Amino acid sequence: MQTVIGMYVTFGLWQWFGLNPYLSIPISLFLVFLLGVAIQRTVMERVINAPAHNQLLVTLGVMMVIENLALVFFSPDFKKVKVESLEQSWRFGDILLDKPRFFAFLFVIAITSFLYWLLHRTRVGKAIRATAMDKDGAMLVGIKVKQIHLITFGIGAALAGTLLTPFFFISPHVGNTFLLKAFVVVVLGGLGNFQGTLIGGLIIGIAESFGGVYLDGNLKDLVTYVIFVLVLMFRPTGLFGGNNK
Amino acid sequence: MKKIIWILLAIAILLLPLTIEDYFLNTVIMVLLYAYLSQAWNIMSGYSGQFSFGHAVFFGQGAYVSTVLLTKYHITPWIGMLAGAAVACLTGLFIGYLSFRYKLKGIYFSLATLAFAEIVRVIVENMAYFNKTLGIMIPLQDNPLMYQSSSRLFYYYVLIIMIVGITGLVYWMSRSRLGYNLIAIRENENAAQSLGVNTYRNKMVAIGLSSALTALGGTFYAQYLLYIKPVSVFSPDMSVNILLPAIVGGTATVFGPLVGAMIVIPFGELTKTILGDYAGANLVAYGILLILIILYMPEGVSRKLGWRKNVGIAPAKKYDK
Repeated sequence: MQTVIGMYVTFGLWQWFGLNPYLSIPISLFLVFLLGVAIQRTVMERVINAPAHNQLLVTLGVMMVIENLALVFFSPDFKKVKVESLEQSWRFGDILLDKPRFFAFLFVIAITSFLYWLLHRTRVGKAIRATAMDKDGAMLVGIKVKQIHLITFGIGAALAGTLLTPFFFISPHVGNTFLLKAFVVVVLGGLGNFQGTLIGGLIIGIAESFGGVYLDGNLKDLVTYVIFVLVLMFRPTGLFGGNNK
Repeated sequence: MKKIIWILLAIAILLLPLTIEDYFLNTVIMVLLYAYLSQAWNIMSGYSGQFSFGHAVFFGQGAYVSTVLLTKYHITPWIGMLAGAAVACLTGLFIGYLSFRYKLKGIYFSLATLAFAEIVRVIVENMAYFNKTLGIMIPLQDNPLMYQSSSRLFYYYVLIIMIVGITGLVYWMSRSRLGYNLIAIRENENAAQSLGVNTYRNKMVAIGLSSALTALGGTFYAQYLLYIKPVSVFSPDMSVNILLPAIVGGTATVFGPLVGAMIVIPFGELTKTILGDYAGANLVAYGILLILIILYMPEGVSRKLGWRKNVGIAPAKKYDK
């Protein structure tokens, strides 16, 4: 859901103001953050204590509203951000390196390191981890759980949306593509295992690229899911273990 | 006295389709179909609390198995639907085996079922045997023995039988040992297990029943629309359509899915008619309805109405995490 918001905000800024997608990161992050706060305040806060599936369904409802608002305002056509300087790729012998993907890769490394530092070395990070482990316990020791939820809601995903725009098509329903893959990556790495998630992401990414070369049509999507089933069968705690419940 | 009311009600239900227009009969059929599917979903997800977001996989298998048997081997869908149910049941047990062994639950189980539905969709979309993404047309043959008729009445009565059957089953289940075991699992799986409930086996029975019954609905859908394609029968949207009536009406209740379908389907038709000019606007309204219902009636409309006969132990305010 946040991915879709991030993508359309980036797209809007580029279309109407000609803003370079990378330069618009702070602005789109801010806008997505505001939207996140609004959604959190109006809807999500009311279901914080509800059963997990009701939270999931409310999220689904919010997703439906946002996706279809995007459909109403931006039409179902696939959009693409075209920036001349970002169109090229570098050539090393037989290897082609796509510029936007390379930048996205660098950003991801930087952001992941930053998030790791944030989560494990700062007070806010400690509070976030405590909230994730036990909401009531966290509240009891004086952590402002509501604020933590506001902070965590979507910063990373919004960034992903912005980084994707230069090389991925934008459509209202694009979020679904990522939701499942993100989930598979997390399960593969082990729930709550930070480094595991990063490695899991690399594995899925490489597997999909190879799948795309050797398999026809959209069969490459299957690679991800088959890996997922195999992990569930043989290593349900993820490749690197995690705090599996 | 009570008997007379029931008989009058039965007569009214049987005569209803003769009195309304074709378009409305179509809406009534859709209401009944989704009430049926949602009831099948309710058996597993409602009672045991293992929320499936991928019931489209069973639904699609029901539709595809009977259709392939019909178009390629000329086997009547009446037999095909049983084959579809068997295939879906096996798939359900496989998913259950993978997930329940490790007590995969909550949102993780939901996403796992979603992933399975996507797997099957991608496979079907890539196999020439299933005509890939184009889907399969079912040849016309106006013959009830081939599960087909040019009159909607035929479909209406078939659905009424299915609804009565599944409602009776859920009513029986809700007061059987199985039903109580499932509710115990929903409330607190570890506690249920410590009291001697075989949680794994109970959940397997529930998913097996639920998937087979969902597949029967898939066959009905194929024979009613006479055209199926992977994006419509295997899509996540279909999974959501299946679970929504039960959520709206009230999970783990006998009449909840029926009540929910009576609200959700006409609401969908209405917004489609009113907001049809703006693609997507009707789904915005649909999403808002979903949010409002979960915020203000998380236990479902039928519990709000408070029917005494609508057997169903409401979920505790908070489950174990």
